[in-house]
Amino acid sequence: MKFGVIVFPGSNCDQDCFHVVKNVMKQPVKYIWHAEKKLDNFDCLILPGGFSYGDYLRSGAIARFAPIMEAVKKFAGRGGRVIGICNGFQILCEAGLLPGALHRNKNLNFICKNVRLKVENNHTIFTKLYSKNQIVTIPIAHADGNYIIDPKSKGKFKVVFTYHGENPNGSEENIAGIINKAGNILGMMPHPERVAEGILGGTDGRLLFESLLQNA
Amino acid sequence: MVLTKDAYRELGLTDQEYKNILKILKRNPTPTELAMFSVEWSEHCGYPRSRKYLKLFPQTGKYETLVGEDSGGIIYDGMAIVFKMESHNHPSQVEPRQGAATGIGGIVRDIFTAGTRPIACLDSLRFGELSDPYNKFLLNGVVSGISFYGNCIGVPTIGGEIYFNDCYSGNCLVNAMCIGIAPREKLARGKAVGIGNTILYAGAKTGRDGIGGCSVLASSEFKEGEEEKRPTVQVGDPFLEKCLIEATLEALDTGVVLGIKDMGAAGLTCSTAEMAAAGEVGMHVDLDEVPLREEGMEPYEIMMSESQERMLLCVKKGKEKIIQKIYKKWGLEAVKMGVVVKEKTLKINYKGKKVCQVPTFAMAEAPVYDMPYLKVQSANIKVQSIKQPKDFNKTLIQLLSSPNIASKKAVFEQYDHMVQLNTVVLPGGDAAVIRVKDKKWGIAATTDCNSRYCFLNPYKGAQIAVAEACRNLVVTGADPAAVTDCLNFGNPEKPDRYYYFKRSVEGIADICRAWELPVVSGNVSFYNESPKGAIYPTPGIGMIGIIKDVEKRCTADFKDDGDLVVLLGENKEELGGSEYLKVVHGKEEGPPPELDLRIERRVQKACLEGIEVGVIKSAHDLAEGGLAVALAESSLFGGKGVMVSLTDRIRLDALLFGESQSRIIITIAPESIFSLQDILMINRTPFQIIGKVKGKKVTIHYGEKKIIDLSLTKLREKWTLQL
Repeated sequence: MKFGVIVFPGSNCDQDCFHVVKNVMKQPVKYIWHAEKKLDNFDCLILPGGFSYGDYLRSGAIARFAPIMEAVKKFAGRGGRVIGICNGFQILCEAGLLPGALHRNKNLNFICKNVRLKVENNHTIFTKLYSKNQIVTIPIAHADGNYIIDPKSKGKFKVVFTYHGENPNGSEENIAGIINKAGNILGMMPHPERVAEGILGGTDGRLLFESLLQNA
Repeated sequence: MVLTKDAYRELGLTDQEYKNILKILKRNPTPTELAMFSVEWSEHCGYPRSRKYLKLFPQTGKYETLVGEDSGGIIYDGMAIVFKMESHNHPSQVEPRQGAATGIGGIVRDIFTAGTRPIACLDSLRFGELSDPYNKFLLNGVVSGISFYGNCIGVPTIGGEIYFNDCYSGNCLVNAMCIGIAPREKLARGKAVGIGNTILYAGAKTGRDGIGGCSVLASSEFKEGEEEKRPTVQVGDPFLEKCLIEATLEALDTGVVLGIKDMGAAGLTCSTAEMAAAGEVGMHVDLDEVPLREEGMEPYEIMMSESQERMLLCVKKGKEKIIQKIYKKWGLEAVKMGVVVKEKTLKINYKGKKVCQVPTFAMAEAPVYDMPYLKVQSANIKVQSIKQPKDFNKTLIQLLSSPNIASKKAVFEQYDHMVQLNTVVLPGGDAAVIRVKDKKWGIAATTDCNSRYCFLNPYKGAQIAVAEACRNLVVTGADPAAVTDCLNFGNPEKPDRYYYFKRSVEGIADICRAWELPVVSGNVSFYNESPKGAIYPTPGIGMIGIIKDVEKRCTADFKDDGDLVVLLGENKEELGGSEYLKVVHGKEEGPPPELDLRIERRVQKACLEGIEVGVIKSAHDLAEGGLAVALAESSLFGGKGVMVSLTDRIRLDALLFGESQSRIIITIAPESIFSLQDILMINRTPFQIIGKVKGKKVTIHYGEKKIIDLSLTKLREKWTLQL
């Protein structure tokens, strides 16, 4: 399965995602520079975490105008698989590929820690190897993870992950990750790439990448 | 700038220094030259008041050592591990968020300037007591600054320390350490080389921020109304820094960059003068080429500006475009602003006029002063006069909830400590551990200093700082490898303050020489004084160690019920300088605990061997709060209770809360006891089996009597720093 990791200026989990795909999942992967306008033949695109354009103005608000985003929209429109992690999720929301928005955390601080998540939906190409209601531990690292959604848009997506136990950032209905109705675009605040190797304290995130490969 | 008769004094130069400048130039200096001398000869850049003693530090050790222009490190398995710690105290006291943020920016630049990718940061912070709301404001400001800057640039903040003492009210300390790594052949130097090669300016534009940051702000004491100095604090842009890291590492990969230096303290002055001096060449510089943020800047302002996120590169003639293209890709400017020349002179032109022409060595070689010192004797306690508490449960809770001991989780959770996927022991324990991808080994890192000990006895206190930093590393399974230091002291012109500096440096130098630990980099921060007086002498020690097999790393949390708890080292009746004495009895008196280097070495060696062979399941260093606090911490880390029984014939408060050195608590599976005993015998290490891991309570017996009995739930409640 051929992966592409999009690099915006200020992305800082691009190399982490690249590492996991290449060295842990042993899959072909390429970096895609934000200024590119065309995409090669990829099977899955990852919009990594970080602070694209310094998160100035609003997280993800500038990145949505990056030249590559037109190509990403076309790719997604054709049913291509897209994962947005953390800043990547924020960019997908800003770009209109996923509904809703990510506000400042309720305590106004950046929070980096392991959190427990509940798998709400395992009927997706990204989560089929998890069991429904499985509790997994995946870290978060963000200042803007407080998901909000207007009532009218509620039918436009499905919840995939919710925070279990403590809601760290105040997000609506404890939402931690969502998928579009067509089922090919996943956005999540927690970082699955940070728990893909046992030495880093867990492998709960690895199942997400393995689920994807099951469909390949 | 119109040069008044004593303009040099306002710039921080002494009468004698001004005379020396006249002698070097054989004429009156131009305003630009005078400004440049003032920053280069300031304590912050030129170390005139400290160099004499800094020469005592060993620069070689048990691992191959690197000492570069801006940082240093070791070579292990073909990899260069470069690290350094630096202070940003005064800017943080004046404007905590930007002060701390730019402190991170500066130290990170020092590391990638060496050609190594920054892989971790640690911060050692000190504030006045939190009962004063201003100190709380400073703490929150500094933490938010580190979070704002460090998280954005994608370098994990994996550790550090935070201490509170009244002596830092009015002069907080913000010391930041960064570690970088690269294959050794990728190391870069801070030199200008090759006549005719091009000097490129890369990164952010130059503005009026930070002018006089190092000469005016960092090189004098704090007095009333310091807020006026706010314009001397720089403003950081972590997004630019992130782009600068990536662009610079990419540029260095081309092989056409022959030398590089970041523009930190003293900006263009420091980078041009020091690169030319290090390469033993001259430089012609054209200031008209410098990208400016605002119009009408005077040449001396351009030379002194400490605008952030800027670099100076020496590039092979004719290859400039390759480098410019890379910076442009990352949205950054890179402009030709000078050329390397044979004649060892730094010549600077601006708007068709010569504004500076000085011999290269003159600025880069600040004078060395022999400072007078005066021995200080501190008060010693009369132990008999200290009344023992009736309820030791209460005392333990009092200590665990004191800000110096309480868990700093609320702080380090605001830092991204996992990005880059290397952090294998998270912050909160004795030392953090990072793996190196594709290698079997890993790196442990820590910072340490008990400044109260240093105040009570600077020589011994500084040695304890090194010994304890080593112990912090050893308990993770790492072999201590090399030291960086951040030496924070009061005004060196006052002989009593200078005594603390001299003795601390001697203490560090002696222990490092004895233990084959090179001091590979460092920083001196003097003038840490407020109207209330000087800070405690704070020679912060930053250390890295090598874990041969990172899979064998060890952590401080108790693992399994039934494991035996073993104390390595000896409990002594020592109360001087302890956190207990301060928190419970309100006394900060000496003497600090003794340090027997031979015993310390044996304890460390035995512990390291026990971890390496896989006998030891958990290990935790004893520090502030002594044995009782260490036991409670290991219990809380692991969520496992402990039952301990003690018999030493010493005062109970000293037994529970005394801070005798050279002690570690470890746990082992019961069947490993004989293997452990072998290791301890061979290393002639004193030890006693004191109890076992069990249940959900911390219980300590003394003979038949139960002296501590507390549930983990109750302890956890109190063990949090309230921000």
